[in-house]
Amino acid sequence: MDFAFAELTIFVLAGFVGFQVITRVPPLLHTPLMSATNMISAISLVGSIVVAGGNHDTLSTVLGTIAVTCATINLVGGYIITDRMLKMFDGGAKGGHR
Amino acid sequence: MSDPATAVDPIRTAFISTAYLGAAVSFILGLRGMTRPETARRGMQFALGGMIAALAGTLVNHEVVAYQWVLLGLVLGSVIGWPLGMKVAMTQMPQRIAISHMFGALAASLVGIAEYWKHHLDGVALERPQMAALGFEVLFGALTVSGSFMAFAKLHELLPGRGITFPFQNAVNLTVFAGTIGLLVYLVVDPTATWAFVAMTVLAFISGFSMVLPIGGADMPVVVSLLNSYAGLAASATGFALGNTVLIIAGALDGASGFLLSVLMSKAMNRSFSNVLFGAFGSAPRASAAQLGAGGEMKEISLEDAATALRYAKNVVVVPGYGLAVAQAQKAVGELAELLEGHGNEVRYAIHPVAGRMPGHMNVLLAEANISHEKMVEMEEINDSFESVDVVVVIGANDVVNPAAKRDPGSPIYGMPVLNVDQARRVLVLKRGKGTGFAGIENALFVEERTSLLFGDAKSTLTRLVSELKAM
Repeated sequence: MDFAFAELTIFVLAGFVGFQVITRVPPLLHTPLMSATNMISAISLVGSIVVAGGNHDTLSTVLGTIAVTCATINLVGGYIITDRMLKMFDGGAKGGHR
Repeated sequence: MSDPATAVDPIRTAFISTAYLGAAVSFILGLRGMTRPETARRGMQFALGGMIAALAGTLVNHEVVAYQWVLLGLVLGSVIGWPLGMKVAMTQMPQRIAISHMFGALAASLVGIAEYWKHHLDGVALERPQMAALGFEVLFGALTVSGSFMAFAKLHELLPGRGITFPFQNAVNLTVFAGTIGLLVYLVVDPTATWAFVAMTVLAFISGFSMVLPIGGADMPVVVSLLNSYAGLAASATGFALGNTVLIIAGALDGASGFLLSVLMSKAMNRSFSNVLFGAFGSAPRASAAQLGAGGEMKEISLEDAATALRYAKNVVVVPGYGLAVAQAQKAVGELAELLEGHGNEVRYAIHPVAGRMPGHMNVLLAEANISHEKMVEMEEINDSFESVDVVVVIGANDVVNPAAKRDPGSPIYGMPVLNVDQARRVLVLKRGKGTGFAGIENALFVEERTSLLFGDAKSTLTRLVSELKAM
């Protein structure tokens, strides 16, 4: 059970840090925040790549490849759309428009 | 075990671990950038850099041998992800976010299923802690996949937006969910019980559908946030199962963010999670609210009079709601505001936290119309100053300006914080028709003396207002 405890510590501390940081995100940016965390969750790539490329058996390879596809969709699509939104807010701040 | 840290080559191991640590740090810094609009883009670029480092680290993992499949996934994902990033309109953002929760959760659950399958094939029983982690991963993952798909279908109007209810629904849902948890416990006791793994996955999948089925459109901000949190927890559980710390950290960040947002959204509706999930909003008694609504007639106003009122209003506040998104009227609002500001009038925007279908929905729409974020004011900041507002323009908003939330204890939304629009000197309401709002609740604001209504599609009404003003 030792290994689980170390990981639980990391989980709790990361959750705590996340809570502290995200509390300070203004409601203005809550939608981009959501799509940003979505993009960050594409880190499941590190798990799915090992499954897809592990050459273990056919089913694992198929499941892994679909998982890599899904995570990449979130990485690419998530980054682009978050940036698109943030660009709009950024433009407003520079006073280029109203 | 697929723990990358056990890779044979020490230099390679160090490289992988450093890449993962760097990625974790970059994610936290990236989110920290989101605390200000000016630093947010830079933050996300930072997070992207971390992601690429983690990707590079994983690709040199000694367990990865069949690169063609990895490449296929990366290419396919990019091909599908690109249009989902570039082409999706800002008005479609809620369903876009919902579907991406589905993709994230699907990736996590498939990894979990594959991991279980590998152990089953090899005839190696999983250790109990690892089984617990895998179980949570697949449970949260499967539930989020189907739940997010339901949310997507409702938001994209493939399904009716109203909650779909049937008798004994809560009892059925709770039984299915309890069964799912029971199977997870059974699996931890006996990790070799493949039937239980399959049954749990199927039941969790059904749970997601049945959880979102009864939830109506107005409650979507809470549900979408909650699903965000679940997707994060599934990713974190993947990290536990694989012994991968960057996954644990990223999942925890995602989970914390979704959880915090859903708490904020529930608060903004004065409701608890359980009330959102099991309350089936639309079915609440409506008798007393209907009485309040029966107290008067809605007064229609001519475009000309509305334009005159706006032209001579020093202080204008726009209250956008979901109707603005439906009518895609954000640019028309921007044009109107520009005209009014040209006359020296002040125009601000009052944003209720649950206006629209997800947190921050209205801000994104207004920003698309080049409206500066400095003019978007949060509810708490603006709520005490409505008395000095000359004209409030309510565009496709209903529940968030309903005074019944303050006055009528019998109303289903009683106690929900609302914008004090009823205190302004004059209220202009742009409304599609004479019906009730999304939640099916009558609104006494619409029949008040100081309120005038403009019926019709918000975009065309606003466009005609603009030309009316230009002609003045």
